[in-house]
Amino acid sequence: MSTPADTMKSGPRGRSRGTRTVIAVLYAVAVPVVLIVAWLIWAGVSPQIFFPSPIAIAEAFVNTWLGPSLTNDVIPSLARLGVAIVLAITIGIAAGTVIGLTPWLRELLEPVLEFFRAIPPPVLIPVFTLLMGITTSMKLAVIVAGAFWPVLLNTIDGVRSTDSVMTETAQSFRLTRAERLRYLVLPSAAPRIMTGVRQTLSIALIMMVISEMFNTSSGLGYRIVYFQRNYLIAEMWSGIVLLGLVGVFLAAVFTFVERRVLRWYHGIKETERA
Amino acid sequence: MPDTLLEVHQLKKVYETASGPVEAIGDISFDMRQGELVCIVGPSGCGKTTLLKCIAGLLKPTAGTIRLADRPVTGPPESMALVFQEYGRSLYPWLTVRGNVELPLRHQKMDAAQRSRLVDDALEAVGLEHAGRSYPWQLSGGMQQRVAIARAVAYHPEVLIMDEPFAAVDAQTRADLEDLVRALHIERGMSILFVTHDIDESVYLGERVIVLSTSPTWVQDDIAIDLAPERDQITTRALPRFTELRTHVYEQIQRAKRGEAVRPQA
Ligand SMILES: Nc1ncnc2c1ncn2[C@@H]1O[C@H](COP(=O)(O)OP(=O)(O)OP(=O)(O)O)[C@@H](O)[C@H]1O
Ligand SMILES: [Mg+2]
Repeated sequence: MSTPADTMKSGPRGRSRGTRTVIAVLYAVAVPVVLIVAWLIWAGVSPQIFFPSPIAIAEAFVNTWLGPSLTNDVIPSLARLGVAIVLAITIGIAAGTVIGLTPWLRELLEPVLEFFRAIPPPVLIPVFTLLMGITTSMKLAVIVAGAFWPVLLNTIDGVRSTDSVMTETAQSFRLTRAERLRYLVLPSAAPRIMTGVRQTLSIALIMMVISEMFNTSSGLGYRIVYFQRNYLIAEMWSGIVLLGLVGVFLAAVFTFVERRVLRWYHGIKETERA
Repeated sequence: MPDTLLEVHQLKKVYETASGPVEAIGDISFDMRQGELVCIVGPSGCGKTTLLKCIAGLLKPTAGTIRLADRPVTGPPESMALVFQEYGRSLYPWLTVRGNVELPLRHQKMDAAQRSRLVDDALEAVGLEHAGRSYPWQLSGGMQQRVAIARAVAYHPEVLIMDEPFAAVDAQTRADLEDLVRALHIERGMSILFVTHDIDESVYLGERVIVLSTSPTWVQDDIAIDLAPERDQITTRALPRFTELRTHVYEQIQRAKRGEAVRPQA
């Protein structure tokens, strides 16, 4: 006999939660597995110079990135990426809040911001190299300068579109400036800010790689170009795989954080749909 | 008058809009005593929200003065709490029910235990002692409005101002919330200024009903409601006196709508 508790635990069509998780995982890995198997077979049937078999790439991956390159290239690159992302998000939110809440500043800066945003970030590299030399701070500056725009612009839009009734509520209860910022302006802008953060993450990864492709002797971007120039094709591909994994990792961290920060936002959406 | 709490004197509000000035309030004057429950009733769009925003210091009047406890109102006064018409937009969805009620107390000088007691007490007063950890959007409309009322109660204002708070809830919930307002007034002695467009509601709740004319608005009538303080949804509304008062208010509003009443001499 099924008790109410049973019915609650098992989902649609009577599947238990565990079964559903397994099915979800199977769905997620099905296509990658099929692709890799197809590639394996294809590489076996007609070997290609520029498309080595997945096994060769996997071997190259272990030999290249888990060797000395881990401390020489991978960790420094990822550390720069991490620091730059934190800087880009912090600067974007801080500057965006100030600009968004100061009407005259916003009107003054809007045309300039439009112009700078329209510049493709990679062209910043020659400029920053001239200004700062080939240093770690140059690489950081390049990533930050290229990647902070989405957070900045979304924060500006987010903080200026605070609901008028919510603002009047804050005024009538005489919340202090700091309280308004902390409990009203920033949370209400959070959905927009998170949209910006998502874009910032992908631009930051791109900028990290590109900043290491010129005039340098270490880093992930440098290594990949080096392998290509020396016809180490499997190694080159393994670098691309590594970058893909970094991207997936960033996306996973983002989703994890976003779920928590915007719990209320998703909750409202769910109640509206129900 | 020693116990005058709120004094509105020759208030006028003209909105400057792109298509020219809109005179929302012509000339409103009235007083409210300490501990009174005054209802303001008027047709839709007559400037009730405008009036309350001026009283709450959120809007600058074009002319006239407002005094609360003998001090002129120039910005939001310390001792006033508002319950807005749009409860959905007045509660912060990223805060829990408790967080919302506690928010206005954060910068007040009191320790955490005392703040927590105030919040508990306010949630209990509105019958939401078990919903503290929920989020506003998980609650029904009526419960959300209770949260907004709890937030105002915890603030311990000298005067509570409510702008058509129950216009968007169903009839049963509305009756419950009306009794909640009466209870806050009777048991806690709160001074309440309650705006509504519902004539029955104004008579049921108020000790005085101020009838506003259509825009540009002035006070059409000021009626004392001589019903017993203990009121009950069924018996009070069935009283002949209730019907008389309701008819009186209704007639005043009809006259105002037809523009029959003459603007009083200021
Ligand atoms: N910000 C504004 N700018 C210009 N005109 C406004 C503004 N706010 C209100 N008005 C006008 O002032 C008049 C009174 O509006 P108000 O919202 O105060 O009326 P109300 O009695 O509260 O109406 P309701 O019953 O719909 O709540 C209306 O004609 C409205 O169009
Ligand atoms: Mg209104």
